[in-house]
Amino acid sequence: MDLDDFFMRALLAGIGIAIVAAPLGCFVVWRRMAYFGDAMAHSALIGVALGIAIGISRPAGVVLAVGILAVLFVVLERKSWISGDTGLGILAHSSLALGLVALSLVGGRGVNYSAYLFGDILAVSREDLLHIYVFGAVLLAALLVVWRPLLSATVHQDLAQAEGVRVYRMRAILILLIALVIALAMQLVGVLLTTSLLIIPAATARRYARTPESMAVLAVLIGVLSVVFGMYGSLWWDVPSGPSIVLAATGLFVFSLLPLPFFPSPD
Amino acid sequence: MNLSKKDVLLGARGVSLRRGPSVLLDHVDIDVGAGEIVTIIGPNGAGKTSLLRVLLGLVKPTEGEVERRADVQIGYLPQQPRVDSLVPMSVSRFLAMGGSRSKNALVTASRECGVENRLEAPLRSLSGGEWQRVLLARALLTEPNLLVLDEPTSNVDFAGQISFYELLSELRNRRGCGILMVSHDLHMVMGSTDIVVCLDRHVCCSGSAEAIAHHPEYARLFAPATASMLAIYPHNHPAGHEKEHA
Repeated sequence: MDLDDFFMRALLAGIGIAIVAAPLGCFVVWRRMAYFGDAMAHSALIGVALGIAIGISRPAGVVLAVGILAVLFVVLERKSWISGDTGLGILAHSSLALGLVALSLVGGRGVNYSAYLFGDILAVSREDLLHIYVFGAVLLAALLVVWRPLLSATVHQDLAQAEGVRVYRMRAILILLIALVIALAMQLVGVLLTTSLLIIPAATARRYARTPESMAVLAVLIGVLSVVFGMYGSLWWDVPSGPSIVLAATGLFVFSLLPLPFFPSPD
Repeated sequence: MNLSKKDVLLGARGVSLRRGPSVLLDHVDIDVGAGEIVTIIGPNGAGKTSLLRVLLGLVKPTEGEVERRADVQIGYLPQQPRVDSLVPMSVSRFLAMGGSRSKNALVTASRECGVENRLEAPLRSLSGGEWQRVLLARALLTEPNLLVLDEPTSNVDFAGQISFYELLSELRNRRGCGILMVSHDLHMVMGSTDIVVCLDRHVCCSGSAEAIAHHPEYARLFAPATASMLAIYPHNHPAGHEKEHA
């Protein structure tokens, strides 16, 4: 394997992120958090600007920004005169706008907006690659540790709470893990398309899975396939890699909708 | 209150709950004795679910105390009319998540609740009535001596309600567990309920279902029109008995 080859580095980065994003994406799908995930990803841009402005690393800035967004959402959620989806819509778009303005303030004219919005996977360095695999391994380990209580709280919050699971802590941990994955994935597909790496492979796997664990493993395989198909597709047709990966994932999702003779829908 | 005669599993003593300026519960006293079936009824916003949450220890009361017998083991059925979980999962896995590991216990509990033939079915394929019975089976797996149910039949058709209440009453007789439940369906209060507690932030009145049906406070709370629609499901009652109240 040639790590000097930018394409190979990009492919490995994509595969690493797909492996981490897919199981977390299952929770996003199960908990109906897709739109919330989108708003979180949009706010990641503020985190990038914050990182540059106050001199902290990009993942730290992103986690900080996403954390603030999550708190704001909880506050807005309590306002009964605004529905949850309207509140999220306001947060998602205003945080994207704020991120773009803040970036231009701290970054000047030389900011490559397109790389932040749509990703720049071909610019992945050896160091980036190391970050992705180290952080990714830590994230997966953390997810494994909380898997049982998190799953229990996801299946039935009230029952889990009555049985002693700390459901609000579980929710906070999940948001933190998603924020970290967004920080990792934004270089790959950009803030606008990050959520798709979380939810599309998971939604595709839902069709075939009979247990939560099999859905997570299947989502990983589908995510990895999407990266491989997307990357080689972008090379072959000379189109942008980030969107190609998302389109490959979408293609697999559409395929999963087709009726299969020996595989009736699980539900 | 008759503490000396009753073996109290779970009770509230002068429990009040306030959220800011609003009073959700006002000096509520309630007792559930061993093997006793207590039903809380009351209009919307009467604090029925709040009272359950206080009794379960999920919420701390602003005032008053919750009393639990030291060995009380509560099986809780939350208010959720339909399974809305998107997690792919079989019924047996869902039952095992409650903590019980033994396959034997799982089969026994599901047989008791009449869902033993649905063990391998995906959760989302269950009907409202089946889901209710699966929740009940999961509660039974904790070997409870007290079952707490929040509006157990809200999404079940009339026949389903009758059979669910029959099932509860069988469970009480077989396992001797106490049952505390909240009900908003005023049209049907279970005939085998020992005590009905009528709640409107405070306890308006309590007593046997028959006594409550004719209580002026009950009539005030639910208006004469609905009060006359109260049907006491005559389970375990001698034939003709309900005529006295018709």
